[in-house]
Amino acid sequence: MSTQNFIEIKSLYKVFGPKPKSLIPMIQAGKGKQELLEETGHTVGLNNINLDIKRGEIFVIMGLSGSGKSTLIRHFNRIIDPTEGQILVDGEDVLTLDENSLREFRRSKMSMVFQHFGLMPHHSVIDNVAFGLKIQGVAKNERLEKAKTWLADVGLEGYGNQYPSQLSGGQQQRVGLARALCTDAEILLMDEAFSALDPLIRSEMQDQLIELQEKLHKTIVFITHDLDEALRLGDRIAILKDGELVQVGEPKEILLQPANDYVEAFVRDVNRARALTVENVMKPPVNRITTSTIGEAIEQMKATSKEYGYVVSNEGFEGTVLQETLEKAVEGEDCCAEDPLTDALFETVAEISPESLLEEVIPETLDNERPLPVVDESGELKGVLSRSGLAKALGSSV
Amino acid sequence: MSWFTDFPELSRETLVSIRKSLDGAYRGFSREYGENIEAFFDPLLTFLVWFEKLLLATPWWLMIGVIALITHLAARSWRLTIGVIIALFLIGLFGMWEDTMSTLSIITVSTLLSIGIGIPIGILMARSDRTQSIVTPALDVMQTMPAFVYLIPVVMLLGIGKIPGLIAVIIYAIPPVIRLTNLGIRLVDREVLEAAVSYGVSPWQKLWHVQLPLAMPNIMAGINQTIMMALAMVVIASMIGVAGLGQPVLRSITNQYFALGLFNGLAIVVLAIIFDRVSQAYAKRSQAYLGGRE
Ligand SMILES: Nc1ncnc2c1ncn2[C@@H]1O[C@H](COP(=O)(O)OP(=O)(O)OP(=O)(O)O)[C@@H](O)[C@H]1O
Ligand SMILES: [Mg+2]
Repeated sequence: MSTQNFIEIKSLYKVFGPKPKSLIPMIQAGKGKQELLEETGHTVGLNNINLDIKRGEIFVIMGLSGSGKSTLIRHFNRIIDPTEGQILVDGEDVLTLDENSLREFRRSKMSMVFQHFGLMPHHSVIDNVAFGLKIQGVAKNERLEKAKTWLADVGLEGYGNQYPSQLSGGQQQRVGLARALCTDAEILLMDEAFSALDPLIRSEMQDQLIELQEKLHKTIVFITHDLDEALRLGDRIAILKDGELVQVGEPKEILLQPANDYVEAFVRDVNRARALTVENVMKPPVNRITTSTIGEAIEQMKATSKEYGYVVSNEGFEGTVLQETLEKAVEGEDCCAEDPLTDALFETVAEISPESLLEEVIPETLDNERPLPVVDESGELKGVLSRSGLAKALGSSV
Repeated sequence: MSWFTDFPELSRETLVSIRKSLDGAYRGFSREYGENIEAFFDPLLTFLVWFEKLLLATPWWLMIGVIALITHLAARSWRLTIGVIIALFLIGLFGMWEDTMSTLSIITVSTLLSIGIGIPIGILMARSDRTQSIVTPALDVMQTMPAFVYLIPVVMLLGIGKIPGLIAVIIYAIPPVIRLTNLGIRLVDREVLEAAVSYGVSPWQKLWHVQLPLAMPNIMAGINQTIMMALAMVVIASMIGVAGLGQPVLRSITNQYFALGLFNGLAIVVLAIIFDRVSQAYAKRSQAYLGGRE
């Protein structure tokens, strides 16, 4: 993933009302949305938004109803024109485009998925999927061919001749998704695309989006008011309140370091077990044992004042040992302090992966009184996860 | 203090002179431009006459066949088709075939013209609130002004005949198709429109691929009402020389021939029912996509 800024929004303001421009100074002077509405009858849609979205990431914008999410996303393809500010896409200033170039820009650069699907009720499913191409003037055979493959990709093979009203909500949104993908636009704008679906279908659609994204590497701007969804999909999350950006960050930053009370209230109810990974909450392994003999291992353990340790070698993590076991071994007949640590001395303790969701490791972690070693794919010891660490991460107060 | 008890109305002389000068101005206008305007409508008159002659010259059985075919193509219903055949046959049997054909011709032409003029106006209205705020009161006037009143200037300008009749019918019948085209376009789902825009439609593509098709149920309802109103206007239009079923109705009013009036009135009703059912069935069939699962 390149770190280049693909979409940049710079000091963007949007005011609804008869004289929007005249309100900018008042907003900048710090008057609130409510106040301005009462005094001037204007609604502040967006207030000084600055954003950078990187190529290939899923960027989630969230906020409560009326916070300006739809307004913001509609600025990306200029369905709404800003009152003030700049919008750069791939280095190009979208606001300078004339009517023709704007049309061209919408056709080639971005496609959009809508909350209530926005399908053409008078077109068959296949024609809906091919809509973008038809508008571009692509020949009928070619566009239907392409639409067919995308329809199959979203799992709706054979539904081409149905009308949208004959499909379920989930199926309709798949059509919406296929329509968006069919134009090969680099950027996908999704305005509460899954919000109208029931929970089961919704999580199916999320899976499908993640799966598609692994193949396609689009730049996705995804709007939701559901934090669970945001945490699940987002590489980064922006939180809007009353048209202002309150925090932008990776999911774990939002969860673990909420910028203010508003964000904290948001994250309070989230299912952390599903949102956080082991990596997010593990502690560094202090009591590592970096020797191969029993005697030295005991020495190292004593130095950490813990009666257990995690043995690591050049090859990575070897296993967990208990002081008690080692001491017993040394006291025994056929063994002495210079003997190497053998497999027989290691405890049989589960290792957990740093990428696992907390949810998946709850049973193992609770079963063990000692912290579990966190070992990555290459066998490296990355950290440890203790019962108390887990409990703290899952607790609602951070 | 006479205005306290009597309404302070303008004096008789003033009123007369106002009316006289208005009439005079209009007469002057019609003397000046009447011929040009008549010449402008000439091609239309030629077409109207030709079309009426065509309908009258076509053998009755062929005519019934053609109408039955159109009905069937539009509605795909045998019951309706057979009903239409029987109704037309009865009209002929009661000696009203020629008048019916005359009426059919003027209704067809005025409906086509109403659609051709009304839909573009409706589109313009939907595109701008200003246009809407200008056109709407005009439509209100057209619909509430007694038809006899606007017959007068039309007759003054163009005399008595088919064209003034046609114009009167259109003025009376065009408002529904304009209103419902405007309404239909304005009611198109906002998200669907946004979707179209986000995929980069041109204004023309938006109109043609999205707004008109989605407004079609309303537009069809407007066309249907327009046809009905045109039929209702037929009797009044016959006063200024439009041939057709209106003439005998008018005659039976002046001579108190109840049965004659009733028969011709029923023939108008039959035409109305045919137009109505056929256009409704067509509209329903072309919007099959709205059905499906509810
Ligand atoms: N066309 C408009 N005219 C006037 N005010 C508007 C308009 N569109 C949006 N607003 C106002 O801007 C604010 C943001 O609205 P927006 O639709 O962006 O919210 P949202 O975050 O998408 O909410 P939701 O979750 O309900 O979709 C609201 O206060 C709304 O009233
Ligand atoms: Mg919204």
